[in-house]
Amino acid sequence: MTDLTNSPAAGVPRPKHGTLLTQDARTAKRNAAEKRFQMYGMIAIGIGLLMLLVLVFTIVRNGAGAFQQTFITLDVQLLEDKLDKNGNRDIEEISKVSTFGYSPLISQALEDKIASANVQTELSGKQLGDILSKSAAATLRDFVLQNPELIGTSVSFEFLASSRVDGYLKGRVTRDSIANDKNISVEQLDVVDQLVESGSIKKTFNLSFITGADASDQRPESAGIGVAMVGSLFMMLVVLALALPIGVAASIYLEEFAPKNWITDIIEVNISNLAAVPSIVFGILGLAVFINYMHLPMSAPLVGGLVLTLMTLPTIIISTRASLKAVPPSIRDAALGVGASKMQSVFHHVLPLAAPGILTGTIIGLAQALGETAPLLLIGMVGFIASNAPDSVASGLLSPNSAMPAQIYEWAKRADPAFYERAWGGIIILLLFLITMNTVAVILRRRFERRW
Amino acid sequence: MNQMTSVEKNVNTQDIKISASGVQVYYGDTHAIKDVDVEIEDKTVTAFIGPSGCGKSTFLRCLNRMNDTIDVCRVEGTILLDNEDIYDRKVDPVQLRAKVGMVFQKPNPFPKSIYDNVAYGPRIHGLFKNKADLDNIVESALRRAAIWNEVKDRLNAPGTGLSGGQQQRLCIARAVATEPEVLLMDEPCSALDPIATAQVEELIDELRTNYSVVIVTHSMQQAARVSQKTAFFHLGNLVEFGETGQIFTNPEDPRTESYITGRIG
Repeated sequence: MTDLTNSPAAGVPRPKHGTLLTQDARTAKRNAAEKRFQMYGMIAIGIGLLMLLVLVFTIVRNGAGAFQQTFITLDVQLLEDKLDKNGNRDIEEISKVSTFGYSPLISQALEDKIASANVQTELSGKQLGDILSKSAAATLRDFVLQNPELIGTSVSFEFLASSRVDGYLKGRVTRDSIANDKNISVEQLDVVDQLVESGSIKKTFNLSFITGADASDQRPESAGIGVAMVGSLFMMLVVLALALPIGVAASIYLEEFAPKNWITDIIEVNISNLAAVPSIVFGILGLAVFINYMHLPMSAPLVGGLVLTLMTLPTIIISTRASLKAVPPSIRDAALGVGASKMQSVFHHVLPLAAPGILTGTIIGLAQALGETAPLLLIGMVGFIASNAPDSVASGLLSPNSAMPAQIYEWAKRADPAFYERAWGGIIILLLFLITMNTVAVILRRRFERRW
Repeated sequence: MNQMTSVEKNVNTQDIKISASGVQVYYGDTHAIKDVDVEIEDKTVTAFIGPSGCGKSTFLRCLNRMNDTIDVCRVEGTILLDNEDIYDRKVDPVQLRAKVGMVFQKPNPFPKSIYDNVAYGPRIHGLFKNKADLDNIVESALRRAAIWNEVKDRLNAPGTGLSGGQQQRLCIARAVATEPEVLLMDEPCSALDPIATAQVEELIDELRTNYSVVIVTHSMQQAARVSQKTAFFHLGNLVEFGETGQIFTNPEDPRTESYITGRIG
C-alpha cells in the first residue's frame, strides 16, 4: 500500500504512452500480423470449399448419366408357333426355347418399327439388331416365362439400347469418335436419329441401375449396383452386430473398471495404434485367418463384415471411451454416494449420458467401413453376381456377393467408357448413403444430448 | 472408559456412532492422513475444519469408503461404525454407503426428473412396496430437505433445472431418501449464495434430530453455527477435537488458535 503511493514521488518518470488516437509501430505491426493470419485462414477455407465444389460438380456431372438409360420401344409379336409349339402353355416346354428363339421376334419387331416410322436405311437384320442391348432377347424371354398367357399377342416392350446408342444420346459417343469403333457405325446412328425423332427411342430414369445386378463386359447398359448394395447392407449388419457390443463392452471395462497398470496401458496404446493401421493390413489378416485358416467361404459378406469389424473396433472404442470420459465424475460420485454399485452407476447414469457420443462414433465407424475397398479386394468381395437380389445367390451372409465400393472399383477398371459412367453413378449412391448416415449421427446427437 | 466421565460432564452427549482409531491414508507415496483418532457421536453435528489440503475431505471420504474409487489410495487403521469395522473384508461398500449417505461439494443432481433423483436410492435398495409407498418416501425426503414446497408442482421437471441452492437441497433429499444413519457433507455450501447457505444450515440443524451429521467446511463461522463438535485438521494431523464452543473460544493447541484467528490457513 505505502509502496504504491510512494513510487511516483520517488522521481521515477512515468512511461510515455503517447496519444491513444494513433497506433504506435508495435500495435500496427501486431494488428497487421493478425489481419494476415485471418486472411491465410480464409484462403485455406476458400481453397477447401473450391475443391469440394469441384469434386461434387465432377461427380454429379460424370455420374448423373448412370441414372438415365436409353430404351427402344418395340411392339413384339409373341408368335405362338415359335414360343409354344404345342399350344398348351406348359412352362416346362416354353422354357426350352432359348434366347436364340427370341432373337428373330425382336429383329422382326425392329424391322416393323423401322418400316412404320418411315426410316430410310440400307441396314437390315443383324446390323440393325446391334442398336439393341445384347441382353434384349434374355429380357424378353424372362418376361414371357413370367407371363405365358401373353403368348400369341402383341406386346409393347421397352428394350435397352446398346451402350453406344445410349452414349450417343448422352453425348458420350459422337459421329467422329466412332471412326475406329467396330460396335457401331454411322449408318446405325442415322437409324437411331430417325427413331428418336419418331419417339421410339427415349432416355428415361433408370431404376434398374439402383436395383439391378452387375453385367458382363459386353453389356454395360444393363449393369446395376443393387446387388452390391445388398452385399454392403449385409456387411454393415455384421459390423453393427459385432463391433457395437464388443466395442462398447471393451470401452466400459477399460474406462470404468480396469485397474490402471502397465497391462491396461499397453492395451490402450495398441488400440490407438490399431486405429491407424492401413485397412489393407486388416484385409490380409482376414484372408489369412478367416478364409485360409477358418475356411469361411470367399466373397461372403460374413467375412467382409468380420474384417470390417476388426477395422471399425478401434474407432468405436476410442470414441466410446472419449464420451465416457466426458461424463462428469460428479455423476459417478452421486450414484456411488447413494449406495449404487459400480455397475449400477455406469449403466443407470454414465452410459445414458455417453450414449449420443457412442452412437455418433459408431455411425462414423460404420460410414468408414461402408466406404472401405482395399480389405474387400483381398478377401474377394468382388463377386460377379449377374442376377437380381431376391432370387440370386446374393441372398445370405455366406453366399458370394460384392460391395458398393468394390463394385465401383470393378467398373472403373473395365475398358468400356459406359462402365466408367456407372462407376461415377455408384459413387453418387455411396455418397448419398454416407451423407444419410452422417445426418442420422447428427440428429441422434442433437436429440439425445443432455446438458448438466 | 471415557463414556462415564463424559456422561457426568454433559447430559446431551450421545452414543458413539463412528469410532476411528489410528487411521492412516496414503495417496501413492503421499501420507495424507496421519494417525487420526476421532469419535463421532450419534444425533450430533460434527464439523471438520482446517486449511486447504489438510486432509479433512479425505478423512470424510474414508467414512463411507468413497476413497475406494481412487486406485492409488490406501487406508490403514480401524474405523468402526456401530462397532463394526467398515474396512473389514466382508463389508460391501455398497451396503455401507446406503447406511452412510453423502452430500458433495458441488450440487450434482442426476440429469433426470426431480422425482427420479430422490427415488433413485430407494429404487436400487428396494425400500418400497408399491408406487404410493415410493411417492411417500420421495415426499418425506423432499420435506426433510426443506424443498418440497418449491418443487411439489414440478416433480417431473429435470433436477438440473433448479437453482444452485435448490439443487443442493435436492441432493440432500436424495441422500436422506435412503434413510441413512450418518450423513457426510463435503463443503455443502461452498457453491451456494448466503441465502441458500442459511437454508442448508437450518436444514443441517434439523437433520441432527435423526442423523449423525459430519460436515467439512471452510467457513469457521459455519462450523460454529451448525456444529456441536469440531475437529481441526492440519497437514494431515488431527490437531484438536472437542466441543465446538471450546474449540472456538478456548483452543488448547496454539495451531488451532492461529487458524481460527486467521494467522495460518
